[in-house]
Parts: sequence; C-alpha cells; structure tokens
Amino acid sequence: MSYFKIETRNVSLYYGNTQALKNITLGVPENKVVAIIGPSGCGKSTYLRLFNRMNDMIDGVRVEGEVLLNGKNIYADGVRVEDVRKRVGMVFQKPNPFPKSIFENVAYGLRINGVTNKRYIEETVERALRQAALWDEVKDNLKKSALALSGGQQQRLCIARALAVEPSVILMDEPSSALDPISNAKIEELIWELKKKYTILIVTHNMQQAARVSDWTAFFYLGELIEYAETKDLFTNPRNEKTQNYITGRFG
Amino acid sequence: MTHLDSELNRLKGEIEEMGNLVRHQLRKSVQALVHMRKDLAREVLFQERRINATELKIDRDCENIMALFNPVAIDLRLVFAAFKINSHLERMGDHSKGIASYALELQRPLPEDLLEKLELFAAVDQLEQMIESNIMAFRDGDSAKARKIFQSDGQLDAWNRKAIQIVIDYFPQHPDRVADLLNVNSTVRKLERIGDLNKNIAEEIIFYVEAHVLKHEKEKI
Repeated sequence: MSYFKIETRNVSLYYGNTQALKNITLGVPENKVVAIIGPSGCGKSTYLRLFNRMNDMIDGVRVEGEVLLNGKNIYADGVRVEDVRKRVGMVFQKPNPFPKSIFENVAYGLRINGVTNKRYIEETVERALRQAALWDEVKDNLKKSALALSGGQQQRLCIARALAVEPSVILMDEPSSALDPISNAKIEELIWELKKKYTILIVTHNMQQAARVSDWTAFFYLGELIEYAETKDLFTNPRNEKTQNYITGRFG
Repeated sequence: MTHLDSELNRLKGEIEEMGNLVRHQLRKSVQALVHMRKDLAREVLFQERRINATELKIDRDCENIMALFNPVAIDLRLVFAAFKINSHLERMGDHSKGIASYALELQRPLPEDLLEKLELFAAVDQLEQMIESNIMAFRDGDSAKARKIFQSDGQLDAWNRKAIQIVIDYFPQHPDRVADLLNVNSTVRKLERIGDLNKNIAEEIIFYVEAHVLKHEKEKI
C-alpha cells in the first residue's frame, strides 16, 4: 500500500511531439490539500487531469510512467474510466451546472450510476449540499433552476455534485478564480472542511490562496516539477531560485 | 524594479536614516558626559523625539507593506527583519538618552584621570562602526558583513569588563563622587548593551538573507 492517496511516478505526457510533463514524481497524502502553482502553460492543469483521465479525450496524447490511486495504476489495462471518475471528483474553473434543478444537479451522478432509491437519493443530496455549505441557502428552493444561482453558489453546487457520488479525491482547477472575494472565501473555508474526509489536489494562479488552503505546494515550470515542499516552507524559504522568483513576482 | 521592490528599498532607506540618527545620538551623549556639555545633552533629549517618530513611521510602513503586498520568502523576511532592527535601533536611542541625562546631573566635570583610563570614545568609535556596518550589511543583503559584528562585540565585552573594574577601583579613593561614579558605571553598561543590540541586528540580517535563525544560539556561525 502506498503512503500516498494519489501519486505519479516518473510521469511524462506528450501532446503529439510536444512534451507537456517531464518525468513528474509527486504524491498527495490522504486528507491533505496539495496546491499546484506555476505560470500559464507550465503543465499544472494537464497534471491535475491525469488523475481522472481527462487527458484521454484529447487526440494524440501519450502518457508514460505510473499514475496511482490507492497504489493502483489507473492507466493499466482493464481500468474503466467511469470507475476512476467515481472515485475522483472534479471542480472546474467556471461553474458548470447542468440546466436542471438544483436537486437534479446533485442527484445526477447517482442517477447515471443506476441508483433509484428515492429516499437514499434525497438523503445524499442533502448531505452533499450540507458538505458544500450550500444547504441553508437552497433548501427551500431545491426545484429552482441551478442556473438562477449566483456564481459562488453555482460553484458550491458543482462541489456538492462532485461529493454526491462519494469520491475519495477531489481535483480542483482554479475553483474560485471566477468568483468574488466573499464566494472565494467560502470556497476556501470549504476546502479546509472537506480535507477532513477527502484528499484534494488544487491548481491555482492565486498564490495567496495556495498559501492559505494547502498543506503542501508544488511549483511547476515548463512541464517540470521544480519544487515540492510544505506550504509554510515554500512560501517562507523556497529552496529553488526559480520558485523564489515566481512567488515573489520577479519572474523572467 | 517592481512596485514592491521600490517599497522595500524605501524601507531600507528609512532604516539607514534611523541608524544614522542613533549613531549621532550615541556620540553626542558621550561627548556631553565626558566634557560636561549640558547643551549637547539637551540636544540629545530633543532629538530622541525624532528617533521615536521615525520608529513609528517604520513600523507603519512595515505594516502597510504586509497588508498591501503580502510579501513572501525573502521579501517577507526583509520586512520582519526591518521591523525588529527598527526596535533594536530605538532601544539604542533610549540608552543614549540615558547617558545624556547623566550628563545633565553632573555638578562638576568627571575626573580626567578616570576618563583617560576608561577610553569611552574608543568604545563609541567601535559602536559607531558596528552600526554603520550593520546598516550597510542590511542595505546590501550582505550576511558575511553582518557576521563580523559578532567579533566586534567580543572586543567590546572585553573593554566593558576592564572599564567596570576601573570604576570599581576608583570608588574607595573618591567617596565624594559616588553618585557620578555610579552614573559612569551605568554608562559603561549602556555602551555594552548597545553592542549587544548590534549583535541582535546582525542576527536579523542573517535571518533576512539566509533564512537562518541564530537567535539564542551560543555559537554564531
């Protein structure tokens, strides 16, 4: 059994002839939040998407090395993408609720997995909305369209939708970059709460956010993992000059 | 240069200004005592208000940089170091003020033979050099220069022990000058304390440049 909940070992990823990730070895311990920072195009989103096999959908993508979930390679023969995604939820930069009711958005994952028990679905929807800190705001309007919610509420709804299928890992790709400061603060509080039960990997451009929410931080540059350290160390005393230049805003 | 860089440079400039003020106060206060120049002593007391005002200004600037720029890594350490160096310098100012107030208490000049033996100005020269070196080391981010302060402080400690003994030996023959001699003794101790504060500043500079904490360590390497 691996010490890490999710990890990559010597992973390289190519888009055709272009190498986007260079031999990345990195692990996320269970119930920890790991932030990935780095300039645009450094490979951080590509890296995140390894863990729910989102890169599979892009033509010409080739992955080398091992991507492990609970110590098992999720790129091995016979592993079904659906099974991976059930265990690895994802939240995107822009809230993307379905044009359905609030309730149906959260119930969606259960329904496509064949769950029909009405009571179970109701309980799960409530639990997920509570975990996403949205229940109190929507409990009287569950039939309302999700698209009528504010941006911050939509994003928490998407988190609830991801939580409903009980994943063990949550991937977040810039989850609050499109939100106002109050909504952003709520998402960050939520991440802090969620890590008690989940393992979270988050990509962010907001360095202060990385500093606030994560236990460990990885700095990526040009497809390479430059530095991976405890967040408090990386932001007070980075070992690598490139990291120092990036986090202090003196890059290039 | 980034906006943050220019703010940090301004902060360094303010520390330099504070250091120079403190340096002048130190020399002036000892001159006031040795030559019984009460006018100089009053100047020191007056200037002390300027030092306090500068201290508050630097504190406020540190606070603003933290709030507005959220500095990290070496920038964060620089602001922390400036914040503490500021307070060490202010303490030096307080000691100079104390020496100046002894000068105001004098009813007649201190005995010349005692002053000759004490070599107070040799200590002042060395302290001024330490302050100046520290200011330059902080400005240039030069931790090697800061480390040299520890040696200077060792020399100053040796002078301090010798000077205290000289004052003690002087007591029995001059019972009429007990009050003045006690003040001279305190002056020697204050100068020694200023040396220690310089050592503290050097530690802050090393922390800023190398992220290495020397505080409370016996071996300063």
